[in-house]
Amino acid sequence: MSSDHDHHHHHDHDHSELSETELRVRALESILTEKGYVDPAALDVLIETYETKVGPRNGARVVARAWTDPDYRERLLKDGTSAVAELDYVGRQGEHLVVVENTPDLHNMVVCTLCSCYPWPVLGLPPVWYKSAPYRSKAVKDPRGVLKDFGFELPPGTKIRVWDSTAEIRYLVLPMRPAGTEGWSEERLADLVTRDSMIGTGLPKRPHEVA
Amino acid sequence: MATRSQAAREAIRAVPGIPRDDDGPVFRAPWEAHAFAMALTLYERGLFSWNEWAAALAEEISRAQGAGDPDTGETYYLHWLATLERLVAIKGVTSTETLHRYRDAWDHAADRTPHGQPIVLQAEDFG
Repeated sequence: MSSDHDHHHHHDHDHSELSETELRVRALESILTEKGYVDPAALDVLIETYETKVGPRNGARVVARAWTDPDYRERLLKDGTSAVAELDYVGRQGEHLVVVENTPDLHNMVVCTLCSCYPWPVLGLPPVWYKSAPYRSKAVKDPRGVLKDFGFELPPGTKIRVWDSTAEIRYLVLPMRPAGTEGWSEERLADLVTRDSMIGTGLPKRPHEVA
Repeated sequence: MATRSQAAREAIRAVPGIPRDDDGPVFRAPWEAHAFAMALTLYERGLFSWNEWAAALAEEISRAQGAGDPDTGETYYLHWLATLERLVAIKGVTSTETLHRYRDAWDHAADRTPHGQPIVLQAEDFG
């Protein structure tokens, strides 16, 4: 089954970096945790309630535009960074956004344990499980199993490709447009696009789910 | 999470300027959500009231404006973080020195962690 998925391993051996502000936030968080003022698990749960409230979540707009405008879709797949910037979103310097497209034959899934690898300005906050080591290793070894854990099964003929972010490259999955959405406006389509569908651990909502 | 959103609503009522939409607070970056959640947690622990928090935050903001902060809203959570750091020191939870020591330790931890690995603070990071 080695053809079942290609694992694109792009990690370089550069060290990690945290901004001055992130360093201060982490310092405070560890001290408050050690002193018993903050329970990190409870903090995670609280932050998870804001998961769609971080960043403008331009990703859904990007996907909806690609579904309705073939020229935009082409530009997006060729140069994700500029195509996303067309919609007023400007990424952080030095980061390239690569958009990978799902087809009936190929399903893409993005994996990385680091917050800083995750294109939150496009997607919103990363889910907590996304950073967990078990998710990461299982996604690499058994992507089909991971998708099953998330509640969907791909047709046996669909290949799965796993993408690993680097310091310079972020990935965004362009999911397939759901059936039964012919003639829908871009805005309506954007409501179908979930964060998980842009990581590849979920599918877009179906029309009846947002009716 | 009813009580949590209750506390968040109280914060929005009592503390001016919190960036928000119809449902509640919105954030420009993950660290902002962390800073907000820490303040919420400390408030629930009774470390300060929202009025006290609002006063300390206002002081922080006017000090920053005095120093040339354009106050376009982009720096709101930087002031929020500075307020957190100041209040925990005033309340004796920790000291400015300890905050600096942990900041440097995290910097060290990030430096020795290869990209793609979770950054974890260890004893060796406190030089």
